[in-house]
Amino acid sequence: MLLLPYREQRIEKLRRAIYRKKQPVTLFTGQRIIMTIQQIIFILISAFTLFMALVVVVDRNLFRAAIAMMASFLGVAGLYVLLEAGFLAVAQLLVYIGAISILVIFAIMMTRRLMQTHESPFNSQPIWGMIGAALTFVLLALVAIRTWPQSDFPGPAPVPASVLEGNVTQLGLMFVRPDQLVLPFELASVLLLAALIGSIVIAWPEKKS
Amino acid sequence: MIPLWWYLVVAALLFCIGLYGVMARRNAVAILMAVELMLNAVNINLIAFWRYTDPADTTGMAWAIFVLAVAAAEAAVGLALIISIYRSRDSVVAEELDTLKY
Repeated sequence: MLLLPYREQRIEKLRRAIYRKKQPVTLFTGQRIIMTIQQIIFILISAFTLFMALVVVVDRNLFRAAIAMMASFLGVAGLYVLLEAGFLAVAQLLVYIGAISILVIFAIMMTRRLMQTHESPFNSQPIWGMIGAALTFVLLALVAIRTWPQSDFPGPAPVPASVLEGNVTQLGLMFVRPDQLVLPFELASVLLLAALIGSIVIAWPEKKS
Repeated sequence: MIPLWWYLVVAALLFCIGLYGVMARRNAVAILMAVELMLNAVNINLIAFWRYTDPADTTGMAWAIFVLAVAAAEAAVGLALIISIYRSRDSVVAEELDTLKY
């Protein structure tokens, strides 16, 4: 009971120390427009990502939806670059665009008879689905804005460039250190192996007897 | 400078678009694609929190990579299931696959 306020005070003090930063470079200096170039890029990338995601969800043609999904993944990789997580962006390109999308396209082509575009892409509950998704969005956005207001996190944590450059090395070490993530890492590899063998077994053609 | 909640709102939107796809699409492959979108939204959140709180601690990135690996496994198994169902039932419409209901 006594510990909590003290701890919060410490956290608040730390936060203030971290976020004491200089003003951002504004596009139109001297005016009250606070839109920086970074923000414009962010808005463009997210609009692209969200639009392509909408295409994935509503397009009748499944193949076109798969291509839109690749574009949406590309937009997410762009967001990773904006967040200065270059390694994650490259992993996103390789795993999502390179592997998962190709897998999805293969599945679409192997079930091609169902790619017909004259049928409705929706099941019997598109309206209820839309209402549910909209309510979920309102809930998530409220929680996000209330819990992490702008005054707490106005911008990325200021760190020296060496920290961001060294994080791939640190990530690699983290995955092999016994006191850190070596067990989850090995478990993930076992999971991947099991998934691969399992999918081969499931998709193997049945013998006609 | 981009405030954290912009990322959170974009991720929430992406998540809800995916959720809509999961709830409203007929085709099982399309449902899987929507699930991938939802996983991506979660990853955006993880990376945003990693960058905005403590970039020296790479736990957030590690989580994102685990999500990536699980997404790959999920896609492989899910698509194998869809192909197998297509072979035996000649359909990938999620509403017609109701054997387990009875």
